[in-house]
Amino acid sequence: MRGVVVGVAVLLAGCATGQTSGTSEVTGDVTVFAAASLTESFTRLGQEFEAAHPGTEVRFNFGGSSALAQQLGNGAPADVFASAAPANMKQVTDTGTITAAPRTFARNTLQIAVPKGNPAKIAGLADFAKTDLKIALCAEQVPCGAASKKVFAAAGVTAAPDTLEQDVKAVLTKVSLGEVDGALVYKTDVKAAGDEVEGITFAEAGKAVNDYPIAPLAKAPNAATATAFVEFVLSEQGRSALTAAGFDAP
Amino acid sequence: MTTRHRVRGRLPVVLVLPALAGLAFLLVPLAGLLVKTPWANLPALLSAEVGEALRLSLICASLATVLCLVFGIPLAWLLARSGLPGRGFLRALVTVPLVLPPVVGGVALLLVLGRRGLVGQHLDAWFGISLPFTTAGVVIAEAFVAMPFLVISVEGALRAADPRYEEAAATLGASRWLTFRRVTLPSVLPGVVAGAVLCWARALGEFGATITFAGNFPGETTTMPLAVYLALETDPDAAIVLSVVLLLVSVGVLAGLRDRWISGPS
Repeated sequence: MRGVVVGVAVLLAGCATGQTSGTSEVTGDVTVFAAASLTESFTRLGQEFEAAHPGTEVRFNFGGSSALAQQLGNGAPADVFASAAPANMKQVTDTGTITAAPRTFARNTLQIAVPKGNPAKIAGLADFAKTDLKIALCAEQVPCGAASKKVFAAAGVTAAPDTLEQDVKAVLTKVSLGEVDGALVYKTDVKAAGDEVEGITFAEAGKAVNDYPIAPLAKAPNAATATAFVEFVLSEQGRSALTAAGFDAP
Repeated sequence: MTTRHRVRGRLPVVLVLPALAGLAFLLVPLAGLLVKTPWANLPALLSAEVGEALRLSLICASLATVLCLVFGIPLAWLLARSGLPGRGFLRALVTVPLVLPPVVGGVALLLVLGRRGLVGQHLDAWFGISLPFTTAGVVIAEAFVAMPFLVISVEGALRAADPRYEEAAATLGASRWLTFRRVTLPSVLPGVVAGAVLCWARALGEFGATITFAGNFPGETTTMPLAVYLALETDPDAAIVLSVVLLLVSVGVLAGLRDRWISGPS
């Protein structure tokens, strides 16, 4: 029954119960709001953290960073926030929900994603200007779209996209189904997509490096464990899990 | 079947209280939207892009409704009047898009009508037609999600209609097609209208299947719901304004229909 109640709570507000508030012991539940692009690496880190600290349980609410920031701003009870963009972290720090300064724990860069075999023979960013190719990009309103805009500006290419998707995973779906010839996504997404998608690195990717900040929340129901989890992500063990997923070390 | 019984007298509290709570649950969020609307900045937020998205939404929803009428009425007739075996199962299948998460519908459409899809690859190879990322794709996505509303509504009307008029027409020598056009269709017209309006409203609000199958490109596939979603990322005020516009259009249409879609055919 408690599981059901907690599950409903997580669905409603992305929150969970933490029963050990006030103690400095690393134990109990810790709720982490994390960017969707961290799903694979943080799930793994969570398991490693639980193994290293018996008695703890890490719960995740993965989602778009801006959506998570809005939930936190509206009072969703969480212990840690890991954002895919400093701007969304700033949204949360501005409301005073975070006391400690956020720290950058990972970096992500864009890569060209093409379907297996690269049927349209895309070689670089310049191909994105060709109107006869099907191109998918993230909409400018979301972080991967803002990053795409930067690299096109740096490369002096006027992209001719056929669709501007609402998140990076939607772009990736279109690539893996072969519906588009090329797209810009994060390096980590290409890696997570497996065999259906191939990644092509390009020189201008360095013009739009995306920093991932993490911080424990001021009103964390389980402050001690929240801090311990943040330290764990920043540790050598955390770094190796993140680089394995395709992130760059800060 | 359609005689109305009005129970007069004291309304039982045990029914009235939850009813009022239910009403509040449905209406308060909508009222909240109106309260939070930045009315003063309204003209500034209603940019050309909004006009474009609204125009596209209205056109696509209308075309999707036409598509649903053309295919949905015969389908409803098949479900209601033909002696087809397994009609119950067929009816259940027709309603699947109603309960399917729209994103799943969009993926299914991509797998069938996409450039690499089962049917789509031939459309592309033989005719050079590619539906994803086109306005036609929006219409198809909306029609896929909205058609069950029309079919259910028309089928219900057909079942409720008195078949004796059709029988009379048949005994007078009318063909089945003539009977359908001159007798059946006029008798279920309120059901068709109600279904078409529901279908149109659903198509207007369609988001998941549209963005998955047709993508999002201003002027071509960006309908109002897509514009709302993306505006929310950077400009919540603009998103609220877009939502209000969409809400007013939807309520306007449903109000225009009044109680016709609630009451059955008379």
